[in-house]
This record gives sequence, C-alpha cells and structure tokens, in this order.
Amino acid sequence: MPQNQQLLYLFTGNSSPESNIVAWSLYDGVTGKPQKGCQEAGTEPPYESVLAAMHDGWRTIQVPVLEPARPGQEFDLDYLKFQFVLEKWETCDES
Amino acid sequence: MSPKKNLLTTKEMAQFANQGFLRFDELIPRDLCDRLSKDIDSGKIDGRAPAGTPFNEVWQGQPIREVFDHPRVCGIIESLVGPNPRYDHHYPHITQKGGKHQFIHADAEFDPRVGAFDIQFSFFPQDVTPDMGGTLFVPGSHFHRVHESQVGIYQNIVGMQQFSGKAGTILVWHTNLWHSGRRNDSDNTRYMFKLRLNPMVKQQLLWNTDDLHDADSLSPLKGHQPWHGQQHRVFLMNVARFWQYLSNDPSFDPEFWWSRIENEPKATAT
Ligand SMILES: [Fe+2]
Repeated sequence: MPQNQQLLYLFTGNSSPESNIVAWSLYDGVTGKPQKGCQEAGTEPPYESVLAAMHDGWRTIQVPVLEPARPGQEFDLDYLKFQFVLEKWETCDES
Repeated sequence: MSPKKNLLTTKEMAQFANQGFLRFDELIPRDLCDRLSKDIDSGKIDGRAPAGTPFNEVWQGQPIREVFDHPRVCGIIESLVGPNPRYDHHYPHITQKGGKHQFIHADAEFDPRVGAFDIQFSFFPQDVTPDMGGTLFVPGSHFHRVHESQVGIYQNIVGMQQFSGKAGTILVWHTNLWHSGRRNDSDNTRYMFKLRLNPMVKQQLLWNTDDLHDADSLSPLKGHQPWHGQQHRVFLMNVARFWQYLSNDPSFDPEFWWSRIENEPKATAT
C-alpha cells in the first residue's frame, strides 16, 4: 500500500515544544484537499503543544532556530517566530 | 468639518490603534445598500479614478458617493485620515459560490511607516452569513510588517475573526492588517466594496478628544492577542509608540517599557 505524507505546521508561543500553539496549518497528502476548518475563525488548534502532537505519532522534521535581534530592530514585528514542522505518513487507497 | 458627535471617540481610536480595525454594524440604510448592489452588479462602479485624486471629487452623483457622504462615515474618515484625504483605489469584490480561500496576506507592499497610515474600508451592502465566507482578518497584526502573501503558510491563527453581519455594515482597517477573502460555500453571491484612502495631514488628534485623559478611554490600548505569544510585550510597545504619534505625546508610556530602556543617564555621580 502506498503511503502519502501529511505535513503539520505548528507555530508556538515560544521556542519550546511544550509551549502553546498560536497558529497552525495542515497539508494532507492523503486527501489532497484543504483541512477541515481551514481559515475558519473559532477553530481550536489540533493539539495543545508540539509535544502533544509528537505523543500522537507526529514526527518533528523542523524546529525553530533562535536568532538574535539585529541592532535597531529589536522591536520590529514580522512573521510568526517559532515554526515547527511535523509529518506523518499515512496509507492511502491505491485507487 | 464633521460635528463632534460623528467623530470617533478616544476609546474607539484606542481600539483601532490596538486591534487595527473598527466595525460599525448596519450603518448604511438598506435602500442605499440595494441601489449600490445594483451598481456593483451592472459593473457601473468598476472604473477607477486616477490614484491621488482628492477623495471628495470621485463618484459624483452615484449611490457609492452617498455611502461615503454619510455623516458618520465622514466622521470616521476625518478621525483616521483627516479632512480631504486622497483617493487611492477601490474595488467591488463579487464572490460566487465555490472557489478557494485567498491566502492570508497584507495588501500591497511593505509599508514601513511608523506613524502615518492608510485606511481601507470594507463595506458590505448585503447580509453576509457565516457560510458565505466573509472576510477573514487577524486582529493586532497591523504592526507585523510582512510582504503580501508571504504569510500564506498560516491557515489558522488563534484569535482571527471572520466577518458575518447585516447589510450596511462597515469595517475600517489599518492597511497593514492581515486578512483574506474566504471561499463562499453558500448559494448566495457575496459583495464587498473596498476603498483605500491616503491621509494628507498628520494623523494626530483628529478624533473627538474630549475624553482623551479619561483612563477608561485608553483601556483598549492594553489588550493583546492570543497569537502574539511571547512577543506580546513587543506588540504593546508598538501600540505605545503608535499612540505617541496619534496623540502627539512622545512621553506616552503607561507601562514604562520605553522609559526603562531609553534611560541612559548623562549625569556623573557627585
Ligand atoms: Fe487583500
């Protein structure tokens, strides 16, 4: 049976995998369709932390790297700072 | 000049400074909404005036002019961008059933201005039910300077909101606010009229400042969003810096964040 990849992006409150989830995205290579609840306000994060997702079988394949603020830009805001990427491989029908 | 009663209050202005948007439900009468919807359907208001045209010169004699000549809307405009702003562009969005969500994005280009800002109106001339997929927006994202849909990787952000509401409702936003147009899952057509305006004066103390020194008026400045995480203090420092500009008070620093780190004494101990 072929296996397809699922990617779960979890953005966290700080650099620890135990910190809370502030944003998330799921790309499901099994269905090939947007996740249920995609861009729906009021949807709850799928896990309370990266660690909880790992406990549910997700493998972490990217962790955030800490970078010092550039002088003069300490108080600039831009992208979400702490991005973890996790994967699962799930069996899908051969049809 | 708008009468004071039509201008924003300090509390509304503080909410705008903190969350990056304000919402006014059912502000425009339904019959005017219906006339405008007809104009949108017929493509009558598709044509744009040249960017930079004085705003009071565009759309003369058309229903859309009546919307933005509504006394309260004039007061909102004047409070945020001052008298005689400049027209930037408009766009009547028509979204039929199906399609895809837009990626979450900030409009146009990087906008590095610290004090001055443009505003964008989202005007909904018809009811928008949740399944019609009204605009998604991320409160408190207007200081996060990002380049258009580079933030498209974010599908769900804790605290994001999506518009649904009655015809005649207006949202006004800081143009750096993250947002997206969502897929329409209903059988109804969704209408959203967008307008961007540029200020032509310093955006300082333009609202009704009668309540400027009332502690309750400034309370919205303290809020932050769940998605700010560990960076929420940096956000609050950005709010304070924005309010210093808006209120023309460089000493405004209620939480002492800036005062503390800017303290480099020059005096020598004696
Ligand atoms: Fe947009």
